[in-house]
Amino acid sequence: MKAGKLMIATFALLGLSLSAASAATTLEAIKAKGHVQCGVTTGLAGFSAPDDKGAYQGIDADVCYAVAAAVFGDRSKTKFTPLTAKERFTALASGEIDILSRNTTHTLTRDSSLGINFTYYNYIDGQGFMVKKDLGVKSVKELSGAKICIQAGTTTELNLADYFRTNSMKFQPVVYDTSIQTREGFDKGACDVLTSDKSQLAALRTELKDPKGSIILPETISKEPLGPVVRQGDDQWFNIVKWVLYGVINADELGVSSKNVVAMKNSKNPNIRRLIGVEGEMGRKLGLSNDWLFNVIKQVGNYDEIYQRNIAPLGLIRKGSVNALWTKGGVLYAPPVR
Amino acid sequence: MLGPKKMSGPHKTPNPHNIPWHRNPDIRGYIAQGLLAALIAWGLYVIYGNTVTNMEARGIPIGFGFLNEVAPFGVAFSPFIDFTLGESTYLTIFFIGIQNTIIVSILGIIAATFLGFVIGIMRLSPNWFVSKFASLYIEIFRNIPILLLIMFWNFAVFLPSLPLPRQSLGGDGFFLNKRGVYLPKPMVENSGAFIAFLVAVVAGILVIWGLRRYAKRQQEQTGKSFSGLLAGLGVLMVLVGLSALIFGSPFIFDTPTLGRFNLTGGIEIPLPLFSLWFALTTYTAAFIAENVRGGISAVSKGQWEAASALGLSRTHLLRFVIIPQAMRVIVPPSISQFLNLTKNSSLATAIAYEDIVAMWAGTALNQTGQALIIIAMTVLVYEILSLTTSLILNIYNKRIQLVER
Amino acid sequence: MSALIKHTPLPDRPPPSSQTGIVHWAKQHLFSSTTNSLLTLASFYVLFLLVPPLVNWALLSATLEGTDRSACEANGGGACWTFIKIRFNQIMFGLYYGSHPEQIWRPVLAFFMLIGLVAPLFIERFSYKGLLAGFILLIFPFIAFALIHGAWLGLPVAETNEWGGFMLTFILSIVGIIAALPLGILLALGRRSELPVVRSFCVFFIELWRGTPLITVLFMASVLLPLFFPSGVDLDKVLRALIGITLFQSAYTAEAIRGGLQAIPKGQFEAADALGLAYWEKMTFIILPQALKISIPGIVNTFIELFKDTTLVSIIGLLDLLNMSQTAAQSAEWRGYDTEAYIFAAFIFWIFCYGMSRYSQNLETKLDRGHKN
Repeated sequence: MKAGKLMIATFALLGLSLSAASAATTLEAIKAKGHVQCGVTTGLAGFSAPDDKGAYQGIDADVCYAVAAAVFGDRSKTKFTPLTAKERFTALASGEIDILSRNTTHTLTRDSSLGINFTYYNYIDGQGFMVKKDLGVKSVKELSGAKICIQAGTTTELNLADYFRTNSMKFQPVVYDTSIQTREGFDKGACDVLTSDKSQLAALRTELKDPKGSIILPETISKEPLGPVVRQGDDQWFNIVKWVLYGVINADELGVSSKNVVAMKNSKNPNIRRLIGVEGEMGRKLGLSNDWLFNVIKQVGNYDEIYQRNIAPLGLIRKGSVNALWTKGGVLYAPPVR
Repeated sequence: MLGPKKMSGPHKTPNPHNIPWHRNPDIRGYIAQGLLAALIAWGLYVIYGNTVTNMEARGIPIGFGFLNEVAPFGVAFSPFIDFTLGESTYLTIFFIGIQNTIIVSILGIIAATFLGFVIGIMRLSPNWFVSKFASLYIEIFRNIPILLLIMFWNFAVFLPSLPLPRQSLGGDGFFLNKRGVYLPKPMVENSGAFIAFLVAVVAGILVIWGLRRYAKRQQEQTGKSFSGLLAGLGVLMVLVGLSALIFGSPFIFDTPTLGRFNLTGGIEIPLPLFSLWFALTTYTAAFIAENVRGGISAVSKGQWEAASALGLSRTHLLRFVIIPQAMRVIVPPSISQFLNLTKNSSLATAIAYEDIVAMWAGTALNQTGQALIIIAMTVLVYEILSLTTSLILNIYNKRIQLVER
Repeated sequence: MSALIKHTPLPDRPPPSSQTGIVHWAKQHLFSSTTNSLLTLASFYVLFLLVPPLVNWALLSATLEGTDRSACEANGGGACWTFIKIRFNQIMFGLYYGSHPEQIWRPVLAFFMLIGLVAPLFIERFSYKGLLAGFILLIFPFIAFALIHGAWLGLPVAETNEWGGFMLTFILSIVGIIAALPLGILLALGRRSELPVVRSFCVFFIELWRGTPLITVLFMASVLLPLFFPSGVDLDKVLRALIGITLFQSAYTAEAIRGGLQAIPKGQFEAADALGLAYWEKMTFIILPQALKISIPGIVNTFIELFKDTTLVSIIGLLDLLNMSQTAAQSAEWRGYDTEAYIFAAFIFWIFCYGMSRYSQNLETKLDRGHKN
């Protein structure tokens, strides 16, 4: 009977562990464990890629640093989980990560059927195509019959199919798991064309053996609003991440940057005073301290600083693009902090 | 201290009345089984409950409905099943995945068997160099992970060394480049000539069959041997030639030609398929070679000596005496290797070949979120392949047993 | 008289010169017939074609000096081992230890502790084997985890998602094989049980895993496992892979042990029964000690397969030896040196697998002999 008893004991233990579900809110859980767990890409320049010292840098990584600064007043209380496109939603839904900040496109299907919520956008992108220069291609319309390298599990896969179908063109997909493999495939000639979000194309192009030998075609075939994602069912956490994003955009609009934020404490503009917590109880309403955005701006910067630090080096200019503020012809428009 | 004796096997406990019920092996057996069954049922129930709750929380309905939805992505390689973007459903994707797995497995099994036999026989060659080459090959390829081989051949050898489509190697309809291997594709031009061709082929095969029977009878009666197969093949060629002369060529060949980007037309074997096939073949051949060597070594020495004493050449000796006997030892483990090859073909996903794991458990799973059903269907496919293999193995083993005297 | 009879035999005459020496050897092994001679010549030609360029690439024109790719580019032609040298820590120990070389003593210490603990198990006279094995199975994993992860010892923390390289390959395969062992024993016993429910469950379980490719099992572990647990139970990615590997491996271990069980003569079972031993006493004290010993070669063989198969975790995004080497070769700094990366990884795998297969072959002959006597 020994084995029987052993088995019962094992299963009893298993049962206990199975029913030990946590009931705390995400914010409480994060405060208890002392860090924000953040899902990012396995490496994409400008968005999230480890630097020489292994620290993640990029516009997506900065979202995580900003949220940590808002919650703990310390941007370093962040831990990263590199994820492939395939596993990202499972990781978020299972609670492995608290925020998914991994150049993820906001779509209706994802909103409605994955148990996740998109907060706001930190980069507005669109799908484009990169080809080898010597093929002499000038437009996407000439691409019929090409082999196209593409990353598995992305909306690009679907946009591509739609676009070619609409224009009655033919293509053969060459589907790889990670963006690095896709780049290698394109670079070594497994395909004629590489398709992805344009920002990614710009980043991948700099990593090619001969960046000048490839060009990015002018057309943009899709809308790709990218932003951080949280689990459904915890509105407080949803609001915190959303308002951290709104906060850095408002700071950009109001001209508050990491360099002048301390001086701005003496500003007379009530908008600025509310933003950095000198006036009002804005942070408290979210369950944070009132200097939450002060810490974010001090330690991570406003949207323009984040953009110039991460995206501009890829050769993507903010001025005049959709990612400019609404006051400057772009679409970034954050609700007021009041 | 120890309890009453437990008898094993068919004997029943002689006098159960002396034994307290909790010591009765039969009753204990029932209790243990009941407990196990209850535990399994409970475990499955918990898992099922959690899964349903989790799927609901994520808003994914569990059901097979998605199978009839149109698959919103493209497929590059599907030689036998029609895929139309915007019309084909997820179910078609599932079948294309199975088809592609089977294609690479069959091609791999054929090539690996051939290469494995060659290397296994080389391993036993009296020539020192040849034998050492073979054992070097076996020891290298058996001890390296198959995934590494697949990536190595694809990313480090074929992709960098082959030319772009515009500079394709080869000619006359046969081409090789970074994108794959291209062959001319025979297509029926006029049905009359094709029917004549078919008739010629069928007639030729009948002639071969007849000649082989005749040759066998001749050999049994007179001891003279001639190859019925060769003679028959000659007749077949003549018949086919005649039909082509009279009725015209049965096929036109659709040769691949350079398009804007790639070679179009003809038969295309995409590079990922080629690399995967090559890696699976080189890897599995090492194991089959080991089986062949083991099988041949297992044939008793007397058989070699007896055959040599009869004056058989080494080729005849191997072909008529040794290998038929060695097959009994070679075949069963080789069939397991075939199954391993089929399972290893699932690594296709690393180099963008669209097998069932890459396309069904990868892309389709990702686009639909139906993890449970999709993985269950994938596992089912492999289980069926595995069961079929065991079935073939059992049949073979039974036949061998009948042959034994 | 006695002078005529020699009591010691004369020394053997040397064989005729045509029967000895290199010439004879060559005659017999290289030029025994026309075909044979042709084969030998062809072999020489193949060697001539293959060996000089290979040696030239891998050794003669290879680069080992320098600290960046310019050294290799300046040299050109040969292999760039500088790349492997510079990225060695990363390829062997993963991202965290690759960028914190001062911490590498931790996994190295754990490794040598393991070797130190396992070594006595191979000494025949050592009498506390059971105790030691228990320590290795139950207590050592926690020590090793604490050392490598660093959470409980106050050392800087190395997150599991930053584990990688050979270290991860080693951990996955060792933990996989050890955790699969008890499960495998139970399954093997269950498969030979007389109780139909137990037997059919075990047969089903074993055949289910054996029929499925490991990559599907790993997909299951990474996609389905989170669904099976209530939300809030957070399983680490490495842990999920380990669960998948363990279940998969337990089926193969069970089959290896079943082979051992089948080889135990019936008399042993009957003798144990006659002694009045209950089922578990019979198995624990009589059958399993013998059966496990016979199954060691089989288990080692499944371990070799597992060791090679751990490379598949790269498909679910873990940075094992293969994936780490590949990632290093795809970094901006070392682009284009994939051949070196693949060959280095293959070399390490080869050494371990070849060594183990040799060991298992030796063991097999040794045990075989022991059994026949």
